[in-house]
This record gives sequence, structure tokens and C-alpha cells, in this order.
Amino acid sequence: MIEFSEDAKQRYKRILSHYPDKRAALVPVLALAQREFGGWISQEAAEYVGKLMGYPPSDVLSVATFYTLLHTKPVGKYHLEICRNVSCWLMGANECMDEAKRVLGVRAEQITADGKFSWNFTECLASCGTGPAMQVGDRYFENLTPARLGEIIENLGND
Amino acid sequence: MTKILLANADKPGQNTIAKYRERGGYKALEKALGMESSAVIDEVKASGLRGRGGAGFPTGMKWSFVPRNTGKPTYLLCNADESEPGTFKDRFLLEREPHLLIEGMAIAAYALGCHLSYIYMRGEFGFLEQPMEAALEEAYKAGILGASVLGRDFALDIHLHMGAGAYICGEETSLIESLEGYRGYPRIKPPFPATHGFLASPTVVNNVETLAALPWIITNGAQAHAAIGTEKSKGTKLFSVSGHVSKPGVYEVDLGYPLLDFINNEAGGIPNGRALKAVIPGGSSVPVLRAEECQGVLLDYESLLKAGSMLGSGGMIVLDDTAKMPEVLSVIADFYAHESCGQCTPCREGTGWASKVLRNLVAGEGTKADVDRLLKIADMMEGKTICPLADADVMPIRSFVTKFRSEFEALAAS
Repeated sequence: MIEFSEDAKQRYKRILSHYPDKRAALVPVLALAQREFGGWISQEAAEYVGKLMGYPPSDVLSVATFYTLLHTKPVGKYHLEICRNVSCWLMGANECMDEAKRVLGVRAEQITADGKFSWNFTECLASCGTGPAMQVGDRYFENLTPARLGEIIENLGND
Repeated sequence: MTKILLANADKPGQNTIAKYRERGGYKALEKALGMESSAVIDEVKASGLRGRGGAGFPTGMKWSFVPRNTGKPTYLLCNADESEPGTFKDRFLLEREPHLLIEGMAIAAYALGCHLSYIYMRGEFGFLEQPMEAALEEAYKAGILGASVLGRDFALDIHLHMGAGAYICGEETSLIESLEGYRGYPRIKPPFPATHGFLASPTVVNNVETLAALPWIITNGAQAHAAIGTEKSKGTKLFSVSGHVSKPGVYEVDLGYPLLDFINNEAGGIPNGRALKAVIPGGSSVPVLRAEECQGVLLDYESLLKAGSMLGSGGMIVLDDTAKMPEVLSVIADFYAHESCGQCTPCREGTGWASKVLRNLVAGEGTKADVDRLLKIADMMEGKTICPLADADVMPIRSFVTKFRSEFEALAAS
């Protein structure tokens, strides 16, 4: 049986206090649950959030599956989301994706054997002037080249 | 040229309330609070300010649609879900000028009689969550937000709400649906958000850039704002320019500034001695312009419409003569296929088919019939859906295919 940590329980209360209607807190609470429970929303996590807020897990999951940043499958500790949209693509995003695939040795949406990395293409990150761009959790990496991407992966891997 | 939004953006530390106040920050709010709320709305109406998210609807008029004394609260929602490909101007303001936004929101909230407001920021901007929370906290501590705004009998709470990754949530009814805790499906209008928005209450959704222009308008007056720009497009506009230019970035120019001057002077021109081939002037969903169509075009709502495109969000993507147009369109079509919410069949199916047909063509496996098929798919999507996402796919498809048809046919023949 999973449960929020004390810190997450406090955060949960704070999130609820921002809205006149409890339901409005669902997406932020799911983001919190994702951070708490290993980077994705499992069936168990959906059941926990549903019970906490009073919604059936199917309802919770129907919301979670709509949003790109809420993962309903496991991802690596570092999930690399590389923008493939026009400006990034013009500046060489495809070469960066090929490099991610080569260095990590896994296809998009798959996790490396050590559980550290997964990668995927993503849509416009509002980094069009500094592309190619990549999001990893709460961090942006911009003006990527295949070589720089290799370095970033190495540095993250040493964490 | 006057800088309404970026006058201070390059100076360090403007994201702190101390620096912001040093340059006169929150004085406009003070002035607005001394006015009747209806006078603030009149001022914004007279300024000619139009929504900077893409639609260009007059802001003061949008506010005047909000009914008073309904017995329900009125909500102000700041649309910081900036996701239109090519657009990164709101991010620039959110990063550098959070207090300009908070002051603008407080002015708007006062004008609308709103006491609870949200900044709906796209989830990808997670790196901006803590800085924005910190700016809000500073504003609370300084008595700018809270039970008594600047000591007046006016209460205002502003909370930051992080989205979770969905382009469609930048559409205002989808944003509201998402803020309420549901899948971000756009709603059928009417009823409009002005009467039935967040929690079925009167709601105004304004873009970051729109709200950030308000302090300048209140400080300098509606007439000063209306004196900038063209007859119908007043004030300045942020353009984020990317692609084949020497100096990609965010620039503020008067509305009515010549498009080609903007590319050559502001954005540093086309690098590597190459020639301009095409411009997507207002985000990936507006029709593309060939280089020769850009001659004499001005950056304002009317001029771009007359040229066959739109000002949109001001997200300009510049393409030089190396750009392969079917490949560019294929990337754009993939985006709309990925971001279609799936609620309306013409969009869910149409964006998917357009994406597949284009991938096939680019791979050299298409036929000439595919070129017309793309136009047929566009016809079947246009105007047949709840929100404009399908139309946002139609406009690039139709303009790319008709204006660069020979490139598409050459691929089909190979």
C-alpha cells in the first residue's frame, strides 16, 4: 500500500487550498503523485489519488492519460524529451535524436537496463530561438549538438 | 520605437520586486486603484489593446462582456500555456518580468471585480515554477496581493497552476476545462467564458503579453498607446523569430513595422549568404508566405490578413532557400496530429491522415494523387470542429501545398 510522505501530505493540503473546487486540484496532485511514486502514475498511484480525492481510479487515469507530462508507463530516472518541431528540426534535432538512440542504446519510450535513462521526442518547448532543445524534468538544455548531448548524458549518468 | 514590454528586460535582476519597484513598478496599480473600475475598462478600450495570444480580439471589449452582479465570483485566468510552434515571447516575459505580469493581472482583476485569479503555465516550464512562486510570494509580502491590495478595500489572490503538457490547453475553453481538473477538451461556444467559464462563473482569459501591457497603458494613458501602431493595430508587439536568421530571439516593435525590415534589421538577416524562401509569420498554424509575398507587408493584424496570412502569436519562422517545403509541412502536420485532443472526428482523423500522407510523400513512397488528397483532407477538416485546432492544421497544409506544389509533385514522381 503506497502513501504520500509527510512532506507530500503538506503539499497536497496546500494545493487543495488554492481552489474553490477540489476537482481543480487533480492535475497538480497527479504531478505530485508522479514525483512521489517513482516518476509515473501506476494503477496503484491512480487508486491512491482517487481514494484521497474521492474519484474512481478510471476517472483519475482518464485525466492522466491526456497529458504528455503525466506518464502512465515507467520512464527512466532521467527522461530526455527532445523537441522535434520546425525550428529545432531546422537546427538539427534529428541528429540529436539519433545520438540519444546511439548513446543510450534504446529506442524512444524504452528504458536503459540500469533504469537511469529513457528518451522520447516531444513537441515545441518554446525554445525555438535556442534550438535544438531538450527537457529533462525541471531542466531545459538548449543549443544542443550531438556532441553536447553526449556530454549531458554522461554527466547525468554520473549523478 | 517605444518599448512597452521590454524596456527593462535586458537589465539584470528585474525579476525581483526591489528592482521592479526601483523603476516605478506597481505605481500603475496604485493609479488604477484610485480610479473607478469601469474607468479602467474604458481606458483599456480606448487604448486599442488587442489580445496578444493569437486571436487579436480587443481586450477592453472582452472585459465588457463580463456580466456584473451575477452573484457568482468573476475569475481572471492568465494564459501562460505558450505552445504554438515558433512562439517563445511569453516565456521571455515570464522569465524576466514576472512582476510586470503580476501588476498587469492585478490591474485587470481590479477592473473586472475579480478576487481569485490563476496563472495557467504550461507544465514544460517547470524550471519557471519556483521563480514565479517566489515572485508571487514577494508580492504577497509587500501587500500587493492578499486581503488588502496596497492597503485598499480590494482583495486579490493569484495562484500559479502548472499544466501537464497539452498544446490544446492554450485554447481558452480547453484551458478552463483543464484547470477544472479534466481532460483538456474544448467546449462548445456559446455559452462563452465571459458568462460561463471557470466553474460556470464569469471568466476572462488573457494572454501573458496582453496583461503585461496594462501597467504601461495605465501609467501613460490610453491615448499614448493608441498613438503607437497603425489605425486598427495599436501599440507594440513581441515577435519571437527563429529558423534561418542570424539573431533569433524576442524583439518588440511597433505594430505596422515592415516584415522584411524586421528580418533584416532586428533578426540580423539570413545567414550564410542564402536567400529568403518563405516566412511563417505568426506561429506554425498561420499560412506561409513566399519571399515575394513578403514585399511591402507590414507586421500588423490587417496587413498580414491582406497578404493572405495572420499575425497570430507573433511566432515567426524564417526559411531560407535550402528549406524543403514538404519536409517542413510534414513536421508541422506531425505536431497537429500529436496535439489533436481527439474529441472531434474530422480533426482526430484528418490530422492523423495528413501526417501519414506527408510522411509517405517525404519518404518517396507517395503518388501524385496524394498531393490532392492533402487538399481534400484539409477541406474535410475546415470549420467542422469545436475548436480551431483543425483549422490550424488546414492553413499550413493548404498554403504549403498550393504555393509550393511543384516540390510536392516532384517528390511524388520520384
